[in-house]
Amino acid sequence: MSLHLVLQNLANGLSLGSLYALIAIGYTMVYGILRLINFAHGEIFMLAPYFLFYGVLIFHLPWWASIIVAIALTAVTGMLSERIAYRPLRNAPRISVLISAIGVSFFLQNLAIVIFTGIPKSVHRPTFFKRLFQFGEIRIQSTLFASVIVSAIFMTLLIYIVYRTKTGLAMRSISTDIETSRLMAVDVDKTISITFAIGSALAAVGGILWGLRFPQLFPLMGMMPGLKAFIAAVVGGIGNIPGAMLGGLILGMSEILFVAFLPALSGYRDAFIFAILILILLLKPNGILGKNIQEKV
Amino acid sequence: MKKQNEKILTILALIVLGVLVYLAENNLDAYKLRILNLGAIYATLGVSLNLIYGFTGQFSLGHAGFMAIGAYVTSLLVLPPYYKEMIYILEPLAWPFTVIHTPFVVALLLSGLFAAIAALIIGLPVLRLKGDYLGIATLGFAEIIRIIANNIPQITNGALGIKGIPEFTNLWWTVGVAVVTIYIIKGLIESSYGRALMAIRENEIAAEVIGVNLTYHKVMSFTISAFFAGVAGGLFACLLTTIDPKAFMFVMTFNILIVVVMGGLGSITGTVLAAFLFNFSLEYLRPIEAGFNIGPIIIPAIPGLRMVTFSALLLIVILYMKNGLMGGIEFSWKGLARFISKIFPNKKSSEGSAR
Repeated sequence: MSLHLVLQNLANGLSLGSLYALIAIGYTMVYGILRLINFAHGEIFMLAPYFLFYGVLIFHLPWWASIIVAIALTAVTGMLSERIAYRPLRNAPRISVLISAIGVSFFLQNLAIVIFTGIPKSVHRPTFFKRLFQFGEIRIQSTLFASVIVSAIFMTLLIYIVYRTKTGLAMRSISTDIETSRLMAVDVDKTISITFAIGSALAAVGGILWGLRFPQLFPLMGMMPGLKAFIAAVVGGIGNIPGAMLGGLILGMSEILFVAFLPALSGYRDAFIFAILILILLLKPNGILGKNIQEKV
Repeated sequence: MKKQNEKILTILALIVLGVLVYLAENNLDAYKLRILNLGAIYATLGVSLNLIYGFTGQFSLGHAGFMAIGAYVTSLLVLPPYYKEMIYILEPLAWPFTVIHTPFVVALLLSGLFAAIAALIIGLPVLRLKGDYLGIATLGFAEIIRIIANNIPQITNGALGIKGIPEFTNLWWTVGVAVVTIYIIKGLIESSYGRALMAIRENEIAAEVIGVNLTYHKVMSFTISAFFAGVAGGLFACLLTTIDPKAFMFVMTFNILIVVVMGGLGSITGTVLAAFLFNFSLEYLRPIEAGFNIGPIIIPAIPGLRMVTFSALLLIVILYMKNGLMGGIEFSWKGLARFISKIFPNKKSSEGSAR
């Protein structure tokens, strides 16, 4: 394989990986705090490009405005799902909350089928995102650039929030010990709401970039990216934000490179992802950056 | 109540069940029969998932994969060779399957066996993992099985799937398999193995300290659970008469998990009840989708509304019944007798004094 093809694939992998990383952060933040696999996160991701689509098409908003509206609406949906389906179950067995998350996922999927219909829709792409950049022999779509740069900006913002602000301190303290945090006068419910809002907003950014890159929307589009982003979170060490970013990049890269180097086996692409997951879990059960917790008797 | 009496009551109940099945088979239409069949298959699936998750405490999300193995093995074995030659368009069928043709019973047993072998291979390395990590790893394996099925058209006919599978499944089969599954799993749970499994569920380290071989018991429970999932997969294939890899996505596992949690973890009675309720409610919500009138307001047919209602119902049930329908309580003749004597205290006590 020639050098420029390798570089081309690396660029593709980087951009896909940054999208997975954006979605994975939502999974990892929620898991870190509530120990809940939020299966509805993939549906939250799916809603954002639909909001964008309708903002542009029906309300004739300029595309930048509808992007902002779409992110805000998605964040609100994420907060609402927590308020309605997870908060009442705070003291219930964990499996009930998981089933509740599956219920929310089914609900949003089918609500999307009812409201948006099952017919695939194509996103309106602003002309800026249609441009191609040429570097020697490498061609890079501008959406590819956009996804890397935008995710880098949002992740820096997130790291600032989590590690440098009071809200972030509250999040970290809840993820260590929810009861003690409550005793220390941390507003647990509010902080969890904020966590869901941030996670959903990042998923929305990922969803919109996804929609610009693969401009076809359908109500079940969140399932596979959602599952893979969750795998990215597990690979990186679930509950660990830099881990989710690393996991996302590893997953995106390996997905693209697998198809690039073994085109004959491209049908097995997703199987390869799952194989990586299982291998990493067996070698390092807490993920690459996860803390190794010794079990006490 | 004496053990002897309980046995007689159980046999009587089975006879009543047989009569009911006979009546249903002869009187109900195909649509209602299919719902009942699905209910019984879900009961088998639910009870088998309950063994590994509810009783052993190992979070396994691999059931759809084992079902897929069972479904494909059964369809390949029961389809007549000339027909198989016809439907494999993408690539001709690989050798041993072109000639093999077995009765339904053999096919079902082999389905279970193959699923169990897969579980043994998967379980040995993976069951060292705990909690959610185990769940996601088994889910990964189930997806791998599905993707492989999608990519070997010379055996599975790829994404086209297999059509025209003979409709062998009827209520006798589904209810029969469900009864046998419940009998075997109940027997297992009440044996010393069952005590070991529940010890693992409560506390792995404590179980190991008192001498329970963790790997052996976990793998055993996982393999048996997969065996019944495979058999149920075979029944499923011969009920729907058409299968393709998409039918066995992780949503299928979620459905079974919903049944188990709705019924109450660790309660076989609850699982069976929830399995039938799950399928009944899915089917009887269909009119919602077809469009209807509320007085002068005409609501047009909206596809998808049924599942929206269903998931909303699911959320309401899980929010208000945090421990499921039965909350881990099991049906027993003793419990029933106590219940009856509580409702009719006078009649029962006078009977007692007369004897």
